[in-house]
Amino acid sequence: MLAEFIEALFSIFFIETLINGLLLGGLFALLSLGLNLIFGVIDVVWICYAEIIMLGMYTIFFLHVESGMPFVFAAVAGVAATSLLGWLTHRIVISYLLDAEPINQLLATGGLLFLFQGAAMVVFGIEFKNLGLSLGSLAVSEDIYLSQTRLVAFFVSGVVVVVLYQFLSRSYLGIAIRAISQDREIMVLMGVDTKKLYLFTSAIGGGLAGLAAVLLVLQYDVHPFIGLSFGPITFMICVMGGLGNMIGGFLAAFVFSMLIAVGGYFAELEWGYVMAFVFFIAIMFARPQGLFARKS
Amino acid sequence: MNNKIIIAAIAVILSLLPFIGVDSYQMHLIIMILIWSFAYTAWSVMGRFGLVSLGHGAFMAVGGYGTALIWNELGLSPWIGIPVAMLCSGVLALLIGYPCFRFRITGNYFALVTLALAEVARQIIIATRGTTGGALGYTPETHGEGSSILALQSDERIIFYFAAVLVWIMGIVIWRMVDGSMIRYALEAISEDEDASAAVGVQVTKEKLKVTVLSAVMTAFAGAFYAQYQMFISPDTIGGVGISLQIVFAVVVGGIYSSLGPTIGAMVTLLLAEVLRVWIGTGTYCVTDSVCLNLAGAPLLVYGLMLVLFIIFLPKGIVGALEDWWRNRKADSLTAK
Repeated sequence: MLAEFIEALFSIFFIETLINGLLLGGLFALLSLGLNLIFGVIDVVWICYAEIIMLGMYTIFFLHVESGMPFVFAAVAGVAATSLLGWLTHRIVISYLLDAEPINQLLATGGLLFLFQGAAMVVFGIEFKNLGLSLGSLAVSEDIYLSQTRLVAFFVSGVVVVVLYQFLSRSYLGIAIRAISQDREIMVLMGVDTKKLYLFTSAIGGGLAGLAAVLLVLQYDVHPFIGLSFGPITFMICVMGGLGNMIGGFLAAFVFSMLIAVGGYFAELEWGYVMAFVFFIAIMFARPQGLFARKS
Repeated sequence: MNNKIIIAAIAVILSLLPFIGVDSYQMHLIIMILIWSFAYTAWSVMGRFGLVSLGHGAFMAVGGYGTALIWNELGLSPWIGIPVAMLCSGVLALLIGYPCFRFRITGNYFALVTLALAEVARQIIIATRGTTGGALGYTPETHGEGSSILALQSDERIIFYFAAVLVWIMGIVIWRMVDGSMIRYALEAISEDEDASAAVGVQVTKEKLKVTVLSAVMTAFAGAFYAQYQMFISPDTIGGVGISLQIVFAVVVGGIYSSLGPTIGAMVTLLLAEVLRVWIGTGTYCVTDSVCLNLAGAPLLVYGLMLVLFIIFLPKGIVGALEDWWRNRKADSLTAK
């Protein structure tokens, strides 16, 4: 029993599992980035975030497959569309609920979740749609094959984190966004137009969802309920990293992906997810402010 | 006075309903509304105090799957299975609730921890698909033809109807008992200011745990009842995040602070879904030759839109808004005199 276990640990497939876990972490990190930004700045949980990604995937699918637009242009258009969607979400729904109970804000975006699912069903139907585009896989050695898309996703999310970090720490707008996430009231007194900043942040958050959509549409079929399959995990990552703490979220993404990959290696994939969620709940009890939160 | 008339009227309507030419389909709809009303009432027992749980799908799944598994695998009657499943659900609520309340996990964080619980339940059902059938669903074995008290199964809708009415009344009674108890005052104080109420001697963790366990046990019963009536359960019909959200939304639409709010919420949301389904249909509608719309998604779209509008314009729900309106009218007529 133990010998089998140890043998399994040093198997080539286990190494492949670890690498795939790492790559999955990159995708998770990108998924959680936009949500985390919005959490941190506006203090609102967008339960519909994964559905915005889903609509982004559909936009890219529609433009590329149905309208024959080159993938790169379709991807840019997809990011623009989700960015607009993020802007609209804030403008039409959240801006009226800024003073409401936090839970009402969460529920309102939950209403959007159903609305987006319904809209996707009405426009695109419930069939699984495939982009029919694959980057293929990369053979690292004889036994290890890595999905190119996951590699690309991994590097893109790394680049996005660096760019976003630079933006938030260097640029005027970025500094304003960080300031407002630290103290909402004082910024208003200092003459900052919070409305504009919130809208701007929502648009960036939506755009990041679009980027995630670009990478997801290359790997998975689109259907109206795909958001439910990666929505919960995205929330858990954000919360575990400490809401609004982007570095923490980035690290949490890798903790989660490793748990899922390793759990899926020893049992079925679902048990990997069960492990990750149970780990999340346990962590919440030990460190309610998130695994990587700094003491304030 | 007013309340007594309303209660008497509801009682008369409910007892006469099966005998005034309600067909089988309508009967089914009414039973579903009653079962879900009970589930929503169970949620609002804790939800009204700001303990917004998105994990009630898990408790419902424990009730439904627990009862059905005990019946199928162990051959024990639901008379034993239901209490055991309810007990399990209560223990689960303790396990998740105690640390949450002890470490002061509230608001959005509480909602997200319980959301994880719902997801855990769904993944476990799918992972154990060899026994539970996974996403394809699970069916309690039928005992044979006709009704059986031992198996709590029946082909007769009317039996389930009266059982559902009783369960529903029980839910309202429990809601009212909590409403009239000291727990309510303690929890209202807690939801206003946790530190201040702890300072004046309210045992925050204990009071929160009481309603949480009560709510979880009731929700498990709703799941078991649903399983016995429908004779089919799946992670999508009684578990998971979707159902958890559905529960919260129906209560918000109906009114979270009134005993009849969850019932009104169940009526409005279930009837709306049904009307939209029948009225719009599930076919396709073609705007032009190439652009066709799939109407099956329209009810979901309207439902989502309605929820957003409700939370922005009627955060107290239908019953809450009516109560406010009624109170204002009374106040106006008093000042006019």
